[in-house]
Amino acid sequence: MIVDRMRTNRRTAQRLAIVVVLMFGFGYALVPLYDVLCEITGLGGRTGVVAAGSLDGAVDTSRTVKVQFLGTVNSRLPWEFRPSVGSMEVHPGQVYETMYFARNLSETVTVGQARPSVAPSVASLHFNKTECFCFLLQELSPGEARDMPVRFVLSRDLPAEIATVTLSYTFFNSGQTG
Amino acid sequence: MSTSYGAHADDHHGPEPGLLRWLFTTNHKDIGTLYLWFALIMFFVGGFLAMGIRAELFMPGLQVMDPHLFNQFTTMHALIMIFGAVMPAFVGFANWLVPMMVGAPDMALPRLNNWSFWILPFAFTLLIGTFFLPGGAPAAGWTIYPPLVLQGGANVAFMVFAIHMMGISSIMGAINIIVTILNMRAPEMTLLRMPLFVWTWLITAFLLIAAMPVLAGAVTMLLTDKFFGTSFFNAAGGGDPVMFQHVFWFFGHPEVYILILPAFGIVSQIIPTFARKPLFGYESMVYATASIAFISFIVWAHHMFTVGMPLSGELFFMYTTMLIAVPTGVKVFNWIATMWRGAMTFETPMLWAIAFVVLFTIGGFSGLMLAITPVDFQYHDTYFVVAHFHYVLVTGAIFAIIAGVYYWLPKWTGHMYNERLGKWHFWLSTVSVNVLFFPQHFLGLAGMPRRIPDYAVQFTDWNMVSSIGGFAFGLSQLLFVYILVQTIRGGERAADRVWEGAHGLEWTVASPPPYHTFEKPPRVTEAEAHG
Repeated sequence: MIVDRMRTNRRTAQRLAIVVVLMFGFGYALVPLYDVLCEITGLGGRTGVVAAGSLDGAVDTSRTVKVQFLGTVNSRLPWEFRPSVGSMEVHPGQVYETMYFARNLSETVTVGQARPSVAPSVASLHFNKTECFCFLLQELSPGEARDMPVRFVLSRDLPAEIATVTLSYTFFNSGQTG
Repeated sequence: MSTSYGAHADDHHGPEPGLLRWLFTTNHKDIGTLYLWFALIMFFVGGFLAMGIRAELFMPGLQVMDPHLFNQFTTMHALIMIFGAVMPAFVGFANWLVPMMVGAPDMALPRLNNWSFWILPFAFTLLIGTFFLPGGAPAAGWTIYPPLVLQGGANVAFMVFAIHMMGISSIMGAINIIVTILNMRAPEMTLLRMPLFVWTWLITAFLLIAAMPVLAGAVTMLLTDKFFGTSFFNAAGGGDPVMFQHVFWFFGHPEVYILILPAFGIVSQIIPTFARKPLFGYESMVYATASIAFISFIVWAHHMFTVGMPLSGELFFMYTTMLIAVPTGVKVFNWIATMWRGAMTFETPMLWAIAFVVLFTIGGFSGLMLAITPVDFQYHDTYFVVAHFHYVLVTGAIFAIIAGVYYWLPKWTGHMYNERLGKWHFWLSTVSVNVLFFPQHFLGLAGMPRRIPDYAVQFTDWNMVSSIGGFAFGLSQLLFVYILVQTIRGGERAADRVWEGAHGLEWTVASPPPYHTFEKPPRVTEAEAHG
């Protein structure tokens, strides 16, 4: 009787332990799930990438959208970093180019990685880049300065109520040395 | 076989003599007592930190401590109160009461039960020890958001391992409680005859085994981000710090119900006793508890409305959050309906239980205000939030714990507590706790941010009032300790059925109960079922 009950208890406890293990795994599964959710909804303001050749070239000249540029440096990267122009008026469908400027203020070779973010997050689904300095790690020698291009296009199906889109970059220290 | 012999032989023993009894005990009553003492000690450690916080906030400027130490105080106050005081107190109640309430001889897995408790002192030594590390204790708030929390030094690793140990402890405790309730009930104790305290704990235990592993995962990710070069939350490496908030609150919201559902259970035992009527709407209480538990898993993002969510997300989390008010309202309605036209008396446990209903409801209402997305942008991270969660946790969870202690203390010790001092304790605490937390609503609405050691001068008056209330509330709890010690040491003998209106199997055994109870399953009469 007692032995029976102990066996039943142990079996129930083992089943519950499986739930615990599964939920621990679920915590980790949230990481890829979150990525997928961001792809779908634009949450987190991630921008899209398109190949230059795949654009059909049709431009919606009837519509003008203001694109603002921001540049921020993470405190662990001893760089100066800013957009060359504060904002641009653009037509959806047309490819534009703008420049960001970066200079290494430290005495050592540093490698930075820029992360883009678009606000409002809905607009990030329609903000595509054909070329960006954020696609690659950027290495700067002491005192070296560089103008870095971004080529972007707003897709024509950008929701009508969006009149201003902000593209912001944060430059992080990649931790790698040249 | 040999283990069953051992367990069998043990059944006829009293407690072992000496201190080793407490180290090796597998007796549910001993372990319940250990949990409750541990919770009381942690309540005073966390309370000491709270006194430090209120002392610093008594006046604008920096008087008592530097801002970094202040941040350590707020962070550790929360971690200790949540994981060290409230959760172990409820597990202590469960250990003492669940086997007696369902007619079981002990918890289902007694050895596991011993481990669940004895992990805790080590976990908290590890956590509190961080105060003496270079760089001090964790200081990024109990929500441990990266990247801020990762700027801590070695304390990150200590905190993560402490949280792992607390998590293992509460998961093992929860598994034990579920197995006990599902497998160890007396044959006549059907699920829908169980006392509501047992029901709320069954549901809480399921929340624990579903939510705590997710927290364990989140803090493990923090650990590997800090020390092993992963980039779960590191934007430079392609991670996203906002994702931590999602994972954390996926644990964090069920956690707040882990902290309050057992309180609902305790109050649902006390109110019928002193209203001398059966609990109104017993089954609706069970369903309401289960609904709250379910909804708690789909509302997490209301803690982070301001991160920049799509409108549809904000609407979803706003409406699901408001939906929780429905089952919670059912509960409050049922407690009031139980008291309606009851032959009420107002002994100390009942006073605490009634104060719980009133003050918890205030906390519930400010929760509803916070659920409204557009106004949450104003309330977010202000003292309004601080006022809200202290109303639900102090006048909610802690008041229910104190109510439960007064209610079952005569059963546990065999002595009546001093009723006059109990009432003093109640009135001092209830007045001072409102002086402490109510003005924080005003401060929050006026724009005072939370987690700041210094503030603009226009917030001075209400901060002073709040601090005075805080000191009075803290001192009042010393009276509680005095009453507890006095009751344990002696006093008027308590009857087996301590309260004339009490129902349930725990009242059918002696006060104090013998070391082993219900070695043969008891009969469960209709009168004793869900008192």
